[in-house]
Amino acid sequence: MALRLPRIGTSQIVALAVILLANWVVSPQFFDIRLQDGRLFGSLIDVLNRGAPVALLSIGMVLVIAMRGIDLSVGAVMAICGAIAASLADSHALPVVLAAALGAGLACGLWNGLLVAVLGIQPIVATLILMVAGRGIAQLITEGRIVTFTSPDLAFLGGGSVLGLPTPVVLTLGMMALTLAIVRGSALGLMIEATGGNPRASALAGIGTRLITVAVYMWSGLCAALAGIVASADILGADANNAGLWLELDAILAVVIGGTSLFGGRFSIILAVVGALIIQAMNTGILLSGLPPETNLVVKAVVVLAVLLAQSPRIGGHLAGLGVLFSRKKP
Amino acid sequence: MNFRALLLASAVSGTLFSVGAHAADMTIGFSQIGSESGWRAAETTVSKAEAKKRDITFKIADAQQKQENQIKAIRSFVAQGVDAIFLAPVVATGWDSVLKEAKEAKIPVVLLDRDIDPAGKDLYLTAVTSDSVHEGKVAGEWLVKTVAGKPCNVVELQGTVGASVATNRKKGFEDGIAGASNVKIVRSQTGDFTRAKGKEVMESFIKAEGGGKDICAVYAHNDDMMVGAIQAMKEAGLKPGTEVLTVSIDAVPDIFKAMAAGEANATVELTPNMAGPAFDAVIAFKEKGTVPPKWIQTESKLYTQADNPMSVYEAKKDLGY
Repeated sequence: MALRLPRIGTSQIVALAVILLANWVVSPQFFDIRLQDGRLFGSLIDVLNRGAPVALLSIGMVLVIAMRGIDLSVGAVMAICGAIAASLADSHALPVVLAAALGAGLACGLWNGLLVAVLGIQPIVATLILMVAGRGIAQLITEGRIVTFTSPDLAFLGGGSVLGLPTPVVLTLGMMALTLAIVRGSALGLMIEATGGNPRASALAGIGTRLITVAVYMWSGLCAALAGIVASADILGADANNAGLWLELDAILAVVIGGTSLFGGRFSIILAVVGALIIQAMNTGILLSGLPPETNLVVKAVVVLAVLLAQSPRIGGHLAGLGVLFSRKKP
Repeated sequence: MNFRALLLASAVSGTLFSVGAHAADMTIGFSQIGSESGWRAAETTVSKAEAKKRDITFKIADAQQKQENQIKAIRSFVAQGVDAIFLAPVVATGWDSVLKEAKEAKIPVVLLDRDIDPAGKDLYLTAVTSDSVHEGKVAGEWLVKTVAGKPCNVVELQGTVGASVATNRKKGFEDGIAGASNVKIVRSQTGDFTRAKGKEVMESFIKAEGGGKDICAVYAHNDDMMVGAIQAMKEAGLKPGTEVLTVSIDAVPDIFKAMAAGEANATVELTPNMAGPAFDAVIAFKEKGTVPPKWIQTESKLYTQADNPMSVYEAKKDLGY
């Protein structure tokens, strides 16, 4: 009884630890951290910093998926909001820039939410519309070129640091804490899970499922907007063709690795963020390893498969039989 | 070969008699791919300017990245009876029948920027393209010359895995440094031709190579990745341009800004002026019957900090990159 692992999340945390250790094996300086211009500097910090956009996306995505929805548009929303932020950065004050970009993210979420909750379109189709059109909108904003800016205020959100931690990491932690406070500090989280589990029963029980659905898609849009701002601030420019490209898939993967079921009904925000870190730890490890780039995707696929298999109750049971770390308390 | 030249020559005289074209009253149609990148936009802008210089009526059809739109555009140019057609093919195959139609109408076709498959056939007059192997080689040779025999560990930011430009620029660079045993590529990863990935990959290169102290030069397959890599080096406390040499390809405006600030060393131009040589070839063909070679290679010009980068930036910034 001395060391009891938490009931859920063990496999994710073990997976993250294993990947970090593997990174340390391929690159012995992996855990070295030093201060560089008042900012922490090291591969571990890179994992947190580079993982921030996907972690932000996964915070919104996990709520959508908990409602048995899906949001394919987050990558395109990133591109739109990043483009807006970069276009306004040099001519407007930071609060205006942020309000415009975050407002655009909320508007995108509202659009998705209305399509899903009011018009009753399947989430995968409804958000696919914005996934395709959104990138075009972003390209219209940037006129197809990379819009660069010099505003130090916006640049701080990507390259600055707070108490040594890169700003994107701080923003992600803040967004995670805020979301946790809202959904777990009230009955909202329970209502989201209920809506995902059985929307009809929830509605009959008096939950405003339609309003909750719209609100959750808007939250996902807001998270994507923040991720887009961070991505633009990081490269001091908006690249509408590539910003957030395919990141919606990474965000969904992070949520799934975090143990949230695509059938809705239960979710964990913290484990979704751990899932995002697992993905990024793997990406950084591949870059540090010096393997030829042709193998990147294969390595990634094998690791993801291993992580998901370790989570599967059946495989987990067999491993428990072998007395390995993955043991779980059987109900 | 002689027989084909004879055939072409007779085709030439035929066109000469029927059209009797003169540069000033020439009409040329251009089937452009669409706006896939900043370079593509710059190519369109420069093509228009080059046409204006020569008093040529220039019609551009934007294909929005679709081959069927390009085929339609070529058919409509043939129907309008233009004097020549420029084509920037979106894909390499599937052009045989529509190019035969243009040939039957005795309208010469010039390929811009990309070749078609099978190459070298008599379906087109000539192809004006850059040699991406040569571009990589120019970059490699510059580095060998600049380090002048000192040992140099190079990290390479590759383009998208499997893209022919990336494969060719990698091969060309390796050819360029082949004779110099002091210049070695120590790490090579893909940065997907983007700033964000270029920055991320460079960050991990810096950590993997002792905080960047062991890196002597960075070679990137395009300038955008280099712009990201320069940011990564600055954030790690390195001085790109002095401590770490940089050489990349494309010559987009932003790299000249970095060169003016002393943070980048060299770039090899992928010229957006493919239409200029094409116009000259068509005019010579129409007026004097000069048959151009099947391939006109554009110049892969090397720019360094000595080439007044700020003025190049000013000249390039409004081209639409």
